[in-house]
Amino acid sequence: MLTLSRWKIFLVVASALFGLLFTLPNLLPNGVLPSWLPHQRLNLGLDLQGGSYLLLEVDTDALRKERLTNLTEDVRTKLQTAPIDFSGLGVVGDTIDVRITDPNKVDAAFRLLNSELGERLLTGGRDVVVQTRPDQHIRVSFVAQAANAAARDAVSRSIEIIRKRIDALGTKEPIITQQGSNRIVVEAPGESDPEKLKAVIGKTAKLSFQMVDQEVAPEDIAAGRIPPDDIVLPSDDGVQPAWLVKRRSVVTGEMLTNASGAHDENNAPAVAFSFNAVGTQRFAQVTSQNIGKPFAIVLDGRVISAPRINSAITGGNGIITGHFTEDSAHEMALLLKTGALPAPLNVVEERTVGAELGADAVRAGAISLAIGAAAIFVFIILAYGLFGVFAAVALVINVMMIIGAMSLTQATLTLPGIAGLILTMAVAVDANVLIYERMRDEANSGRGAMASADTGYRRALTSIIDANVTTMISALIMFQFGAGPVKGFAWTLSIGVITSVFTAVLVTQVLIGWWFRAVRPKSLPIT
Amino acid sequence: MTRFWPLIRLVPRQTHFNFVGLAPYAAAVSALAILGAVASFFVQGMNFGVDFVGGTVMEVTTPGAAPLGQIRSVLARLGAHDAQVQIFGDPHSARVQFRSVEGKDTNTGARFVATQLASQITGLKVSGQSTVGAKVSGELVWSGVFALGTALALMLLYIWFRFQLQFGLGAILALFHDIALTIGLLCVTQIEVSMTSIAALLTVIGYSMNEKVISFDRLRENLRKYKKTPLRDVINLSENERLSRTIITGSTALLALSGALVMGGPALFPLVFTMAFGIFVGTYSSIYVALPVILLWGVNRDDEAARAIGPQPARP
Repeated sequence: MLTLSRWKIFLVVASALFGLLFTLPNLLPNGVLPSWLPHQRLNLGLDLQGGSYLLLEVDTDALRKERLTNLTEDVRTKLQTAPIDFSGLGVVGDTIDVRITDPNKVDAAFRLLNSELGERLLTGGRDVVVQTRPDQHIRVSFVAQAANAAARDAVSRSIEIIRKRIDALGTKEPIITQQGSNRIVVEAPGESDPEKLKAVIGKTAKLSFQMVDQEVAPEDIAAGRIPPDDIVLPSDDGVQPAWLVKRRSVVTGEMLTNASGAHDENNAPAVAFSFNAVGTQRFAQVTSQNIGKPFAIVLDGRVISAPRINSAITGGNGIITGHFTEDSAHEMALLLKTGALPAPLNVVEERTVGAELGADAVRAGAISLAIGAAAIFVFIILAYGLFGVFAAVALVINVMMIIGAMSLTQATLTLPGIAGLILTMAVAVDANVLIYERMRDEANSGRGAMASADTGYRRALTSIIDANVTTMISALIMFQFGAGPVKGFAWTLSIGVITSVFTAVLVTQVLIGWWFRAVRPKSLPIT
Repeated sequence: MTRFWPLIRLVPRQTHFNFVGLAPYAAAVSALAILGAVASFFVQGMNFGVDFVGGTVMEVTTPGAAPLGQIRSVLARLGAHDAQVQIFGDPHSARVQFRSVEGKDTNTGARFVATQLASQITGLKVSGQSTVGAKVSGELVWSGVFALGTALALMLLYIWFRFQLQFGLGAILALFHDIALTIGLLCVTQIEVSMTSIAALLTVIGYSMNEKVISFDRLRENLRKYKKTPLRDVINLSENERLSRTIITGSTALLALSGALVMGGPALFPLVFTMAFGIFVGTYSSIYVALPVILLWGVNRDDEAARAIGPQPARP
């Protein structure tokens, strides 16, 4: 095994060069290295470089409720326009229930709803099920498959929208990924104020323009006697605490093409917007029919303002006034421009590390690593002399390969990862200890230097591989289990296992081979 | 080279410790230790961090010595439940932990406390913060338990596959011993248990398993070499043969961790401390849990059956 084949030497030299090349950018200041050399540095985890981590959960329950509410309104409109008289329209659990007043019209109502409600599915059929029930009842519900698809779609659309919103904040390189079925991870390195992130993520930003219903007396509203197609919405406009508006939106946020911070005629901050063709046409039609009446601008279920329509607005542009500051106007413009989130997002986990705390951790980690490495070097050289030096050289190459591989793959190095790195060094040295102890056994049983060394490598190999497979198993499980720092630990451990076996076995072998060739020793320095 | 360097020359070529003879005493020690661990687990319990019980933990720094009493009284005024305040590393820094704030949800509560602390104590800065919702923390507990379980099962399978079932059972019992004692350590020291602790436990399992494999490898080899020798003598011989390796590797690992133990700071200490303990326990349990179990159970000395699937070490 100690024969120095060309491929062995090549492999060792190549891996040492690889390690050096990819470790170098971490040791030198920026811009020193020529541009053709690799310049990727270690990707430090949030615990080391500071930053924010948010785990968001898409509120699929709210999404389900909203879809049911929309479907209920669809049922109402379809029946009203038919016209078919009905009563008791409402949501019962996951289904919508309605009673058709005239028994002779139940069939007609069923056919109408069955053919016109919901959307066509890719797999054929529609995404809603309409059933007739005894006593002139009709029930409408979503098929399960459609509900799941809607949730999935909501998560992926949310990720897109969050990305747009965070990009607009100017946060550097946010990482936004899906976790599980309905969760989203947002990692923002260097952002130590998660409130900024939460401000733009936490708002659904569902915008709608709805007509104010002025035909109901205030006493009736107060007593809760309101028409079924109206709804009372709380208000932030400072004029009155709540408004009675039509449930049906005139135009919605999806019809916006642009929004920006602006000022109204009194130079107060406002949000300017423009509609697309459909929005422009609808808005023109409604405003020309309702001159003199107020309409409510509703954001996330709260009235921002309820201006009176002075003239027909046909250009598709307008401004929203309200109680804005410059900042909140810009923020709202941003939210409107990026579109509404399909469902509310809840922050279920939040972690922030300040840059200083991160810098402290880097310092502590670097010192720990340096002391650990120095202790190993001194000990192993004291214990095994020249062979200890060889093991130390192998260890240096090993650490360089780990750092190089982590820089290349941009795997995240976390503070626990540094502990993983230290332990990896110890386990790497263990491989050499196993080999050297085998050599001593062989020498003790009377073999020559060369034969002992050769057999030492051969017989230690199975133990080394067996031992490292078990470490690999625990690392892989950590990788599956952990989030953030623990994952970083697992990465470091796994890369370390592979490089350690390589360097401890192959690098020292080549070094000892060279030594044999140069010195032609009669005995091993460790016996 | 001198007579004393390399140091390995000072290690006797052959030792004749009666490892197996000490096994009954070791068994008593292990049993007592495990009993202590279990007692501590039920009496003191584990000090679960926010990862597993939900809530908020903040690191704050102040220009002078951190006014722990003042921070505590602010927290009490704000209505923070289960609040704990302690020095974090250097005296300028403190660690503030609480479960929830009266009348607020987890997130707004954390924000509220952070701003109130910063405004009521001059110069106080929040340098880091973690808030974990109850739902997520519940899931983390289960995924942690699941990870440990999977690790044990896979290790058993691997050892069974490479050695014999008896070896695997010995190893698993030893791992349970290690986990029990490590958890006992966490209870006794009241080190905060976080996701990182699960990583530490998994590392302890990994290292301990490493030890067992090395020990089993030598045992298997000697079982083939000395077919007629009683099992307890083969075990003694194997352990004596690998004694120098055990000492050198153990010391290397502890030395390597020593830097992190002393200089690693409060964030790294719990992880490294647990790992260092695991190295001790893992080494001990290889000799005094795994091997005695194998000795009591007996092994299959029939070479054909003992010849496990996989590569064989070369014969001389």
